[in-house]
Amino acid sequence: MCTLEKRGSLFVITLTSEDDEQHRLNPTLLSSLLNALSQLNSQVTAGTALVTVAHGKFFSNGFDFRWAQAASDQDGARHRLRHMSDSLRPVVAALLSLPIPTIAAVSGHAAAAGAILAMAHDYVLMRGDRGVIYMPEVDLGITLPDYFSAVARAKISSATAARDVLLRGVKIRAKEGMEIGIVHSAHDGAESTVEAAMRLGAELASRKRIGDAYAEIRKSLYPEVCAVLGLTTKSIVSKI
Amino acid sequence: MCSLEKRGNVWLLTLTGESQHRFNPDLIQSLLSNLSHLASQATASSVLITTANGGYFSTGFDLGWAGAAGTHSAFDRLSFMVDSLKPVAAALMSLPMPTIAAVNGHATAAGFLVAICHDYILMRSDHGVLYMPEVNLGLPMPDYFAAVMRSKIRSPTALRDVMLGGVKVKAAEAVKMGIVDSAHDSAEKTVEAAMRLGEEFAQKKWVGEVYAEIRKSLYPDACKVLGLTQKSIVSKI
Repeated sequence: MCTLEKRGSLFVITLTSEDDEQHRLNPTLLSSLLNALSQLNSQVTAGTALVTVAHGKFFSNGFDFRWAQAASDQDGARHRLRHMSDSLRPVVAALLSLPIPTIAAVSGHAAAAGAILAMAHDYVLMRGDRGVIYMPEVDLGITLPDYFSAVARAKISSATAARDVLLRGVKIRAKEGMEIGIVHSAHDGAESTVEAAMRLGAELASRKRIGDAYAEIRKSLYPEVCAVLGLTTKSIVSKI
Repeated sequence: MCSLEKRGNVWLLTLTGESQHRFNPDLIQSLLSNLSHLASQATASSVLITTANGGYFSTGFDLGWAGAAGTHSAFDRLSFMVDSLKPVAAALMSLPMPTIAAVNGHATAAGFLVAICHDYILMRSDHGVLYMPEVNLGLPMPDYFAAVMRSKIRSPTALRDVMLGGVKVKAAEAVKMGIVDSAHDSAEKTVEAAMRLGEEFAQKKWVGEVYAEIRKSLYPDACKVLGLTQKSIVSKI
């Protein structure tokens, strides 16, 4: 499950660990995330930012394969996999169209759909002493939903790095994440990562940027992702 | 012509002979039939390495063959070769196994394109350049050439230098530009390094069909131009 709270100028979404310390994205967690983002969207004002954090050693270990495999047969498992993939899509779309800066504090492993969730934020801060971001689908023998590849292509700075992440399943530590453009900064531990995320969030919030313009500029940065997610751009928004 | 042999898990496709391995209709046909054969023989530990004998990987389309027909027919012959190579590029981009080009010498024009259609490029550093001469020759760039280059080279300056600047890129420079994965002292060492990388991939036992789908999802623009479509979810769970 996840919680949404307001701390000063920041909205904080926390992936909590009471049900699953790996924060696997099953229908319950996915609908909880989507709810939190819609709620946030209805309360948002200029001068705020979102920080997403997770308790424990995992940011998120991706879709809940246990739930998929608990289906009665292989068709059922695929159907459940498809269901989770379809349910994460609006979460990623909501993050990409949120009218405030978004920061993920990755304090542990972010794998597969968990890595996509992290990368869907504007800034990823990551602990440097442990934890990896990686896409294990090639090793698991599962293809990627279209928006996964689109997000990875949009956020990873070079074609060879994107190939290494998607087609070779390499595990990316914080420092390597900075080299390939997906991690903004690396920190000593989980706590320092979250603190740095809060500081960055507060700093970005203090700029009081116009939300509509912020969201439109973000979408214009990632046109292929937006096309895949069905996000359209609005015509010119201006305060002058 | 080219030969295909299996060494352990690795399939080695070699452009044979000491020539420049220019792509004329015969060589293109030979490449295509070898790749089709390979796709049908693929198993979970298969890997393709493509290399060539001598000091050239390939210098691209056989302009000599095109010109031998007289000016009037030269354009038709060139168009024919451009059309014939397209399924070769498509076969490489959809091959259900990892692919490595061991570039043993000059890879220019269509020769460069064939190299960059592989997942990884290893290149010798003591000899040979990667080079797209079309801008210098006044030749148009076929749509799928440009689409593949754009998909594989994402740095705008590197792409401009290759396509619009017609720069000749040696292995060390190509590594810096993100085009080549590693540079090696000689042709032999390049092939050896490719074999090691190939054996490493073979151990992963990747599911070929899934591997090909993930590759296609990495290069959607190139795949669109090459007429390759994406399949919906494929999963072994």
